[in-house]
Amino acid sequence: MDWSLLLTQLMNGLQLGLLLFLLASGLTLIFGIMDFINLSHGSFYMIGAYFCGSIVARGGSFLVAVLVALVGMFIVGALIERVIARRLYRADHLDHVLATFGLILIFDAIVHIVWGPSGMAIPLPAILDGQVTLGSLVLPTYRLVIISGGLLVAAILSVLVTRSRLGMMIRAGASNRTMAEALGVNIHKLFLIVFAIGATMSGFAGMLIAPITEASIGMGNDIIIIAFVVVIVGGIGSIKGAFHASILIGLIDTLGRSYLDDLLKIFMSLDYAETAAPALSAMLVYILMAVVLAFRPQGLFPPAGIRA
Amino acid sequence: MSMKHYMIRVILPILFTALPAGLVAADSVRIGFVTTLTTPAGVIGADMKNSVELALEHIGNKMGGLDVELIIEDDGFKPDIGKQKTDKLVKQDDVHFVTGFIWSHVLLASRQSALDSGKFLISANAGPSKMAGVLCHENFFSTSWQNDQTPMAMGAYLTQQGIESLYIMVPNYAAGKDMLSGTESTFQGEVVGRDLTKWGADAQLDFSAELAKAKASGAEGLFVFYPGKAGGAFIRQYQQAGLQDVLPLYSVFTVDSINLPRFQDAGMSGVLGSKMTMFWSPDLDTPGNRRFVSAYLDKHGKYPSFYGAQSYDAIMLIHSAVEAVGGNLDDKDGIRAALKAANFESVRGPYLYGNNHMPIQNFYLREVVEDEAGRWTTRIVDTVFENHQDPYAAECQM
Repeated sequence: MDWSLLLTQLMNGLQLGLLLFLLASGLTLIFGIMDFINLSHGSFYMIGAYFCGSIVARGGSFLVAVLVALVGMFIVGALIERVIARRLYRADHLDHVLATFGLILIFDAIVHIVWGPSGMAIPLPAILDGQVTLGSLVLPTYRLVIISGGLLVAAILSVLVTRSRLGMMIRAGASNRTMAEALGVNIHKLFLIVFAIGATMSGFAGMLIAPITEASIGMGNDIIIIAFVVVIVGGIGSIKGAFHASILIGLIDTLGRSYLDDLLKIFMSLDYAETAAPALSAMLVYILMAVVLAFRPQGLFPPAGIRA
Repeated sequence: MSMKHYMIRVILPILFTALPAGLVAADSVRIGFVTTLTTPAGVIGADMKNSVELALEHIGNKMGGLDVELIIEDDGFKPDIGKQKTDKLVKQDDVHFVTGFIWSHVLLASRQSALDSGKFLISANAGPSKMAGVLCHENFFSTSWQNDQTPMAMGAYLTQQGIESLYIMVPNYAAGKDMLSGTESTFQGEVVGRDLTKWGADAQLDFSAELAKAKASGAEGLFVFYPGKAGGAFIRQYQQAGLQDVLPLYSVFTVDSINLPRFQDAGMSGVLGSKMTMFWSPDLDTPGNRRFVSAYLDKHGKYPSFYGAQSYDAIMLIHSAVEAVGGNLDDKDGIRAALKAANFESVRGPYLYGNNHMPIQNFYLREVVEDEAGRWTTRIVDTVFENHQDPYAAECQM
């Protein structure tokens, strides 16, 4: 067993998990509190990446670009909530899916028109572009930046949700919306803020990943499916659940890609193992979801007050 | 139903649908071009479209005295859509030639629609092993290569360089597997590890786990095939992981004229000097290529990619065949014979078709350099294979 490889892969899994958390936490709140299925949550991920990339391309430093783009994402989120999402809360889930799927197409087309089809490479400052040596481990610096950024946001969110007045309202909304409304919580304002925070975090995830994979059209559509899996595994409306499920799924995906072929080689031929391993590791997270749905349909950490 | 109603409801519609195709058949050559225009891979399609339009300009939009009607379709990077679009081109537009096709899985899915209806199918990129071997067809031609050939040249070069151990990463689809088998067939050292990563519209773009494995394997070199946007993502992560000094990179179809300007904008100087094999390069010194590359540079201000070069050749090949039969598009045997003769000024210079209608051609080693104008491009360093024929030709019963 190569321990430094295992450690590297654990870090890679953690990084993927934290990115998923940034997406899934907003998604789970919007789904849990507003009962609104937002397929276009992944579009915010893409828009965030393009915002950040455009500012860097105009000579901004990466840090400044991220900060400015975060503000931009909050505005975009609030705008979409006010103009489009608000009209849909009363409609049923199928209408949510149709409308937000339409939004995906619109966002993709807008990006195509504004930034072209070719995608955007986002250069990193030299200080982030190198490697860090930790004992026998050599890790890309930027991966550590993603991990710390993700953990920082998770910490802020946890304080916000568990300690602040806004957090109290959010938790109340997730547990029992009608009761929260009856107690005088301004549900319109709450929804607007939650939606905008969700969009901002999704955009932040996009900004973090873009220097690695480049910004491209439809980049959010690939990851949003996994983010929904996280929401379901973690328990709809639960930030804590989203956090644990994200890390779990990040690790399963990464370790599956790293070790599954070695495992399969033990009892099947090399060629089959190599073809089956990527397919199977792509399925693992869905298998996990199926198991969770079968044995604990309310998710691993459902918000208080929700019963199966 | 009365006779009058029968006339209106049944016969007239048949007449109307049948007429247009019959009427226009005589005065234009219709070419259907299937490529990817949406999704991030749309940049490849855009380059192919530019090159096809340039070819049509160069021939004055005429073939054998007939006007050329070009119908471009977007496959959306999906085999099922590619097949639908091919069906549409064949049935609705009644084209004479179907060409384009970036992706092997799209071509494999669309193949039957084109060939079963007696159309000529000309691949301007994809070269899956099956279509060069058991599935070869008298009406299928290629202006690119068979998938295995380019990595075979790379495997031969690596062996020549005395590289003894290699780690391989390719996407998990038809072409990825051909690239794998191509390299392994000529590389004589040991392949210490292989990864086939998820591919398609939701392809895997984060290679952290695989790169960590590759590094831990202690291989002397890393061979990859990541076309389109995955190429950019891969090169970035390779650099960020600091592997340039530890694990030299050898690639095919990963670094091209489409992503080099982006690498340059992002200051990714690690890609300079990186080596790959290919049948063509913008600096290849043939009359056809000089004409194509300089016109493309003038018109678009950047170098064409190999996708573009092959698309330009596809139109020029069709042009030579339609000229040879004097515009008589019903003379299928004449067209086929003329296509097989490849009697046109190809960007790669003169070449022959093998029994399976795949080009028998040279493969070069090329390197990423900065040109006189400060643009990053590729330059030919050496010839690895001369007049190379793909290994599947023997399986083709033709």
